[in-house]
Amino acid sequence: MSNVLMQVFKGVIIVSFLIYTLQCFTVLLASEEKKIKIYKQQVGTIFFIQLMTFSVLYTNTKEIGVLIIYVFQIILLVFISEAYRFVYKDLSRELLNNVLMFIMIGLVVLTRIDIKYAIKQMVYIGIISLVCLFVPLIIEKFKYFNKLGIIYAAIGIGLLGLVFVIGKEHYGAKNWIQIGGFEMQPSEFVKIIYVFFLSALLEKDVTFKRVFKVSILAAIHVLILVAQKDLGSALLFFITYLFIVFVASGNFGYLFGGLSMGAVAAMVSYKLFSHVRIRVLAWKDPWSHIESEGYQVCQSLFAIGTGGWFGLGFTGGAPNYIPVVESDFIFSCISEEFGAFFAICLIIIEISCFVMFINVALKIRRRFFKLTALGLAVEYIFQVFLTVGGAIKFIPSTGVTLPLISYGGSSVISTFVLFSIIQGMYVLDKADRKKIEEELVKREVEVGDEEW
Amino acid sequence: MKSGEDRRNSRSRSSGRNAKNTRSKNSRSRSDSKGRRRNNRDKRRDIDAENGENIRKNKRANPYIIMVTYAFVLLFLGMIAYLSYFMIFQSKEKINNPYNTRYTILNKRIIKGSIKSADGKRLAYTKEDMDGNIERIYPYKNMYAHVVGREKNTMTGIEKAYCYPLLTSDINPLTKLVNDFKGVKNPGDNVITTLNHKLQKVAYEALGNNRGAVVAIEPSTGKILAMVSKPDYDPNTVDKNWDSLVKADDDSSALLNRATQGQYPPGSTFKVLTAIEYLIENSSTYAEYNYNCKGTANFGEDADMKCYGSEVHGNVNLAKSLAESCNCSFANIGLNIDMDRLVTLAERFGFNKGLMADYEYKSSKISVTSKSSTAEKIETAIGQGKTLVTPLQNAMVAATIANKGVMMKPYLVDSIVNDNGTVVKQYKEKKNGKVISESVSEEIGQYMCQVTDYGTARSLSSLPYKVAGKTGTAEYDSKGSSHAWFIGYAPYKNPKIAISIVVESSGTGSQYAVPIAQSMFSAYIN
Repeated sequence: MSNVLMQVFKGVIIVSFLIYTLQCFTVLLASEEKKIKIYKQQVGTIFFIQLMTFSVLYTNTKEIGVLIIYVFQIILLVFISEAYRFVYKDLSRELLNNVLMFIMIGLVVLTRIDIKYAIKQMVYIGIISLVCLFVPLIIEKFKYFNKLGIIYAAIGIGLLGLVFVIGKEHYGAKNWIQIGGFEMQPSEFVKIIYVFFLSALLEKDVTFKRVFKVSILAAIHVLILVAQKDLGSALLFFITYLFIVFVASGNFGYLFGGLSMGAVAAMVSYKLFSHVRIRVLAWKDPWSHIESEGYQVCQSLFAIGTGGWFGLGFTGGAPNYIPVVESDFIFSCISEEFGAFFAICLIIIEISCFVMFINVALKIRRRFFKLTALGLAVEYIFQVFLTVGGAIKFIPSTGVTLPLISYGGSSVISTFVLFSIIQGMYVLDKADRKKIEEELVKREVEVGDEEW
Repeated sequence: MKSGEDRRNSRSRSSGRNAKNTRSKNSRSRSDSKGRRRNNRDKRRDIDAENGENIRKNKRANPYIIMVTYAFVLLFLGMIAYLSYFMIFQSKEKINNPYNTRYTILNKRIIKGSIKSADGKRLAYTKEDMDGNIERIYPYKNMYAHVVGREKNTMTGIEKAYCYPLLTSDINPLTKLVNDFKGVKNPGDNVITTLNHKLQKVAYEALGNNRGAVVAIEPSTGKILAMVSKPDYDPNTVDKNWDSLVKADDDSSALLNRATQGQYPPGSTFKVLTAIEYLIENSSTYAEYNYNCKGTANFGEDADMKCYGSEVHGNVNLAKSLAESCNCSFANIGLNIDMDRLVTLAERFGFNKGLMADYEYKSSKISVTSKSSTAEKIETAIGQGKTLVTPLQNAMVAATIANKGVMMKPYLVDSIVNDNGTVVKQYKEKKNGKVISESVSEEIGQYMCQVTDYGTARSLSSLPYKVAGKTGTAEYDSKGSSHAWFIGYAPYKNPKIAISIVVESSGTGSQYAVPIAQSMFSAYIN
């Protein structure tokens, strides 16, 4: 019975997900009334896919716990959807829907891998979604965001440096700290402050002197991460720095100079650090080192390849064969069970999120927010690139998470904050616009009166 | 001025602005009345007083943001293209790996396909009983143990190399869907090998209770027609007999496929390569080669040579040296050729480098150099020394000579067909390369014919067609124990089959290997 359900739903899930993906783009061209309709359909798709996956999961396990967690996941999604639409006036619905979709997929897959992961993840998301309800308020009321450049840098470097004092090692990278019973990855939080720091310092002044100063501070961040063997984050920080500087200054010299310096740094670290060489080796030819360095990448490719275009069906695969599947390699698990076609659609939705971030960056009027939006957009999409690219052997695997989908408290919290800030800026800019428009209309009326 | 116009745009159109838009709108704003515009401009400047400059800077940033966007979108398109490439061209091959243990999952959904001989015999198939228990059956038991391989106790052979194709069902997708609905397993694809059952059976029986291996190849294509290795085991019961099969004190190594992985001294079969090197190095004068064999010879300190049984061959030319397998003459030849070039020649045949076969095999080894001692040079020339060769490698030497010097890639699987017999994948013959010239291969072929005419394999002259061959008696210890070798092909005029046979610890090639060759030629060539 469960097998039949799995096979039938496999097709239905792919088709509904494809429609959802297409709607992410058709909605941009639709009229206002049609937009509302599409948003509702998208939300419907999210709950429909959730229903199908949980039916399969329940017929498979016959565990009452699965049903309970299903109910909680519905409540969580409904809560986020309603609360955000209430608090964030006029928010970007397409972005909200994508957040719901990612959270749904992540929780479903985690429930399937290990229900404990799903429960913890739900708690993290529940708490952070409550906290993030204050983001618009903070953005609106707190006027000194753009004046704290050096302070952001100090906090960021301090938090990253904390790892040296009370750090813990996970999977060969010493980038965790433990406070009480909680373990967290400071780099995930610093990621956001770091964008503030760059945007604030480059908001008005892009003279060489200023860029140089910013570069030194950014380099300290990156070097601390390299020292902690957290290569993925180091790369992420570096790329974010590069693109913010480029956009702020409009100077191609910084971009290409930075890229070539990055290349040199990569070569040097390849020569210096054995863990870098191992990653590269495992990427260049995982098959010859399948018993050791290449094991994880090979297992990931086995999962994707065996899954094929249309997947083995939800619960039909063997994701647990891949080490750390719940975080760094969750993409392979999704591709194995839902199919490569579904996985590609997922990548396309991630791109559509990125384009929406960029849209916010383009429209927004305050320069500090413009740079922040761009920085967060780059950070987001480059992280997706690192994790998906690593899973499919497009690039060496660097051990970063798939935003909002992978298991991990620090990661999911920081990504949620990231999305909330973008939403907050979107809302703020809309309010700004409205205000100016009203003012203009008012003045225009006055002008008109004078002329009459 | 510009900032004022921009402000206006933002009012008329709140979204999706870019540089182009701004320009197109400019003309419209110009059509407004001049006085009113001047007035408005002043007012608007008031509003934007604090961040007017900022906005202009902001605008300038937008083209760069769009560039960044394009860069990332391109990067992602590249990544999606890579993933698609992997899915279409690489995934089927890559997932077929013993470290991918997902076949246990596929086994629950698909009835693993059969492995069949070229003449349609089922060599391995899966049976499912009423309760859904599956069992892999090998109807010919020990006969195909090594080449077809086994499923239990770590997969080997074709079972291993084609595990995932056998567990892939390429029947009509609609039928598949219906089966899914009914809860019926889909039938996996079948693997059609190049093996000829009749020939395999003859080779298997002819080798009898001896240890050793037989390989038969179609020279023009590289198709492997038969592959036998003994001692063997029954793959049906390998799990039950596993402990006795891997027992450490047992040197029989029944699990080893000697045909592809057994490394033997080549003995006199190597003289074929020595002779070829002489032909190449002396292309105009080889016909004048002459040596007076006295049964034994001394080529310097510690460099003594002796013919088999100290037989005196008298005056021999190159052809007769090969036909009679005269050690003293070949030792002499060995000192007249460049050993480095001999190694290069052997490597072109696949020594040290491999045969590019798709299944597991060991490379044959040769290590002599022009700086080696005289003793090592003459030992190498007659196929003793440090040289090691697999039966498959030796079969390829014979097949290459038979195929006018062109070496084909040896292969075992002809095609993959779905349950209805429709071909899903057809494997085609491939050239490994031109190893020796046509004239050299013709010359050496003639010499090998003389081996069966009046030389060490003359018992083959009773066959109704000419056979080219070479025997070997490879000593492997000081007590004079030896492996019997034969390599050759037939019919000489139009070669259909090339054979390599080794019989371990038996005696001379003439006595133990040639009779097996005879029954195989008789069985295959009508």
